[in-house]
Parts: sequence; structure tokens; C-alpha cells
Amino acid sequence: MAVEKFPIEAGHIMMFARAIGDANPIYYDENYAKTTELGGVIAPPTFVQSSAQYDPDYFLRPKIGQPWMGSGKEPTGIKPGQGSGGGSGRGLHAEQHYEYHKPMRPGEVLYATVKPGKKWEKEGKRSGKLVFSETIIEFRDEKGDLVVTACGVGVQTERAVDQG
Amino acid sequence: MALKSSNLKVGDVHSERIVEDLKRTQIVQYAGASGDYNPIHTDEIFATKVAGYPSVFAHGMLTMGMTGKMLTNYVGDGRLTKYGVRFTNQVWPGDDLEAKAIVEAIREEAGDNFVDLKIETTNQNGVVVLSGSATALIDP
Repeated sequence: MAVEKFPIEAGHIMMFARAIGDANPIYYDENYAKTTELGGVIAPPTFVQSSAQYDPDYFLRPKIGQPWMGSGKEPTGIKPGQGSGGGSGRGLHAEQHYEYHKPMRPGEVLYATVKPGKKWEKEGKRSGKLVFSETIIEFRDEKGDLVVTACGVGVQTERAVDQG
Repeated sequence: MALKSSNLKVGDVHSERIVEDLKRTQIVQYAGASGDYNPIHTDEIFATKVAGYPSVFAHGMLTMGMTGKMLTNYVGDGRLTKYGVRFTNQVWPGDDLEAKAIVEAIREEAGDNFVDLKIETTNQNGVVVLSGSATALIDP
């Protein structure tokens, strides 16, 4: 993810909380949130994942006028030899780790710095060769204070994970 | 309401049913909110015919998000200092998930109190789909 700037917006937090099935009013009700020790609305713990919305090149979002791997007339919109257009469907999320330094509050803008992490390989029983790679993203507020540190591990599998 | 160190003991368990009969629509909602439009999660034709899976399946981060709801309900809002997971099995439409936090340690550090939790989310067949750990700031 190469997101530089992540504006935290109230409507986005509300949609995200709905998507994870969390009805906690701390995520949308300012009047309720004022009565809590936090003093205002905050975002759920996994919210920085949605910073992908602010990455102009995010590879898992269809781009206007470009081929996309999802189905249309055909099961995939990518013709052979056309390149990835989102990837192969073989990329999976293996691990995700967060460290929280300050709550995320609507109205703030977070700035992200991406640090490359480790890369390693493993032979998987259910999906062939596995290639893991780690990405560390530091989200800081306008004062430069750390808000969230996110460490994600992605894996490319050789084939679809065997369900047997 | 935050947890109190004085009311906790190692081995305490908090569990919640975080989703029942997971709907494809909820996976679509998560795709829209998170911005992850990988068709493997939302496009049955792509998932089955191109990627070779039996159906679409949930984003790992949807399971982590739903498990996070159990955690914040337990430790209180804004109290988590760490939350990390491994995605051990896929989550499919129709799954029922149970998320569990087990108290592993209660400790004091520089005058603050913390609880360390082990986390596990299982499906209706008892298969672990997510495992991890979390730490939260608690009251004395």
C-alpha cells in the first residue's frame, strides 16, 4: 500500500463499523461519545486497513479504462498475456499486527510511511510453494506523533488453497 | 467500561458469537468500506472459475474486524495497545463464527496496568480461522 495521506472521516468510520457488524455508538454517535472517557467518536481497531481507499494505485481496486480481473462477459476481464490488472487471485493475507499509540479520530489526517519488511518462502501442504512478504506502515498525525503501526504479511500461493 | 486489574485472573475467558450465517452482502459491504475489491471475495464466477475456489470467501480483515468487536466489547473502547492475528483458515459465506479472548497475563508496567490476551476465532465446525494476541490498558 502506498498511501501517503489518510483523512479520517466520520462517514467512512460509520460504513466501516457497519461492515464489521459493530453497532457500538462510539463509532458514529458524537453525543454518546462525548459522555465517554474518549470524549468523541473514534475509529475501530482495524480501520487503517481502509487507508487503501486513499492509495491512488491500489491494485485491488478497478481503475477507470483499465482491464480488471473480475468477471463481466467472461469469468475474468484479463486476456492472456495482458498482465495482472489486480493480480492473479493467488495473493492472500497471512497475518496482520497493529500497535496503537493514540485513538484515530474523525477530522484528523494521518500520514503513512511504508517500510519494507522481511521476505521468506515455505512449502505448503495445501497450496504449493508459499512466498511471504511483510510490509510495515507507520501512521502519524499532523504533529508527527505515531498513531498506529501496522505490520501486514501477505502470501502468494502456487495454487488455490486445497479445501480437502 | 474498561476492565479492572483487581477483577481479572489468568484463565478468564470472554467469548462472543461475532457472526451467524455470514452473508455475501456483508462481504460486499466490507469490500466497499475497506477498498479491497479483490473479486475473490465478491465475484462468485471469478472465485470459482478463475481462482479455483468453491465460492467467494471473506477478507481475512473482515474476520479480524469482527473479532476486534469482541475485543473492544471486553476491554473497552480505545484501550487496545496491541492486536495481532494470523489467518489460519478461510471464512466462507454461511459460516457462524465464535471469537474468544483468554487472559494470559495481568501486569503493571511503569505505573500502568495491562492485560495480555490470547485470541481465537472458530467456525461452526470447530476449525480455528484466526488466532492471535492482544494487549489492553486496564484500570487498577
